[in-house]
Amino acid sequence: MTMVVDARGVGKVFGSGVDAVQALADIDLVMETGDFVSLIGPSGCGKSTLLRLVADLLEPTSGELLVNAKTPSQARLDRDYGMVFQSATLLDWRTVRKNVELPLEIMDFAAEERSRRAEEMLDLVQLDSFADHYPWQLSGGMQQRVAIARALAFQPSLLLMDEPFGALDEMTRELMQQEVLRLWGETGISVVFVTHSIPEAVFLSRRVLVMTPRPGRISSEIAIDLPPERDLSTRESPRYFELITEVREALRRGES
Amino acid sequence: MTERDHIIRESHETDVLSAFEGDVPVGGRGPAAIRKFGGKYLPALVSFLVVILLWEGLTRLFGIETFVLPKPSEIISSFIETWDVVWGAGFKTLFEAVGGFIIGVSAALLTSLAAARWVGFREGMLPIAISANATPIIALAPIFNNWFSITSPLSKMAVVAVVVYFPVMINTTRGLLEVDPSELELMRSVAATPTETMRRVRIPHALPFLFASLKVASALSLIAAIVAEYFGGPQDVLGQYIINRANLFQFPDAWAAILVASILGVTFYVLILGAERLFMPWHVSLRAGE
Repeated sequence: MTMVVDARGVGKVFGSGVDAVQALADIDLVMETGDFVSLIGPSGCGKSTLLRLVADLLEPTSGELLVNAKTPSQARLDRDYGMVFQSATLLDWRTVRKNVELPLEIMDFAAEERSRRAEEMLDLVQLDSFADHYPWQLSGGMQQRVAIARALAFQPSLLLMDEPFGALDEMTRELMQQEVLRLWGETGISVVFVTHSIPEAVFLSRRVLVMTPRPGRISSEIAIDLPPERDLSTRESPRYFELITEVREALRRGES
Repeated sequence: MTERDHIIRESHETDVLSAFEGDVPVGGRGPAAIRKFGGKYLPALVSFLVVILLWEGLTRLFGIETFVLPKPSEIISSFIETWDVVWGAGFKTLFEAVGGFIIGVSAALLTSLAAARWVGFREGMLPIAISANATPIIALAPIFNNWFSITSPLSKMAVVAVVVYFPVMINTTRGLLEVDPSELELMRSVAATPTETMRRVRIPHALPFLFASLKVASALSLIAAIVAEYFGGPQDVLGQYIINRANLFQFPDAWAAILVASILGVTFYVLILGAERLFMPWHVSLRAGE
């Protein structure tokens, strides 16, 4: 089985000489196809940096990093991953449909295929009736759903999410988490999810990687053994609270 | 991004809860838009009329001499009497202004695209452009008269072109460069080429900046053309006509020519507003009913 993400001893230093900052050190991360991994930690622990290394938006300064058994750069050029940012990053001048079609246009899909896939994706995130709206006409949660539809439109094997629900209110956030789990179940995609919310990480993931700052390291890994079908009752189960406590304690250990 | 834009965005964000309940989009259009239209232009029309009436009334009341400030009624009657002459002069001046505008804006757009595309070009060019922008360029008019022949409209177009070039170039370059970094990351994540990023992100993003500068440039182009005409050349243009009539103490005629310049300026501006609406129907400033 090829690993979606295979990082060994990966480090990242920003700047050089006396100004050099070690953002990440000794990162080992192995992810199988279909896995759902959350990176959690305080601000400045390098979780977004790690995601950007996988996405080839940044280059590691040490160690070895493979995405789908290729260099991250090759994986990016092969459009192996879709990315969702903290802000929806929709283009204001494009309708919802045209925003979802953006990557397909860049990848030279034929017009009919583009609109067919856009319809399908908007169906998937349940925004089909908003296809011709402009982004400013949508609420924050709906905008983020469009961003997810856009990231999935070209059927990447990996979805990278960088605190995608950080700007949403708690209730919208819980709905969006349910949505992501549903999409994950329906598409079989692998997900790396960066968050600073403990309940979010526990609810979504199969594994939670706890990171600590200065330099950013993965200090512990917590397997989430909740049942695969997760819903409101999961959020009320004792095991859910135990796991939240476990992650919280791991985070606290990292701080001291 | 304008302050208004931010306010609208914020109000959308705080509206997340109500959108969550019914999953209905925020905003929209309504019949209120029509009332708003009247409400928007009526005050301007009323105050315009009030100013004209005050002007007429006060010049009569205080017996102000025509050579100091003619009454609006005198200007209007001169405007009608000299209709063919002032409009003839007006269109010659407009030709210089629009010609120079097209040359200057084209040159500005080419420079902006190059500046956005190549860092070296940008770093070498922009400081020069910014210092040139701070120079009162109109001072070049006598020199351009010398270069391009004082009788040719080209000498006036050259002045106009140089005057409109800098605001358009500097604003458009800013628009092309000041793109949200996450939009650039998005384009990189889908392996878009620099040309695609230019076409699909930078250029649409620069359009509001471009149009803001074109509005400024439209007014500047007529100013520059008339001032360039003051430095000499053919007599049948607005600048020379104004000077000649003023020298003969025919002030209502001079004011009629100024009225023509003003009508041309406003028309040019409105055409650019129209083009703005056509090219960016999505832009915040054009959202009805907000």
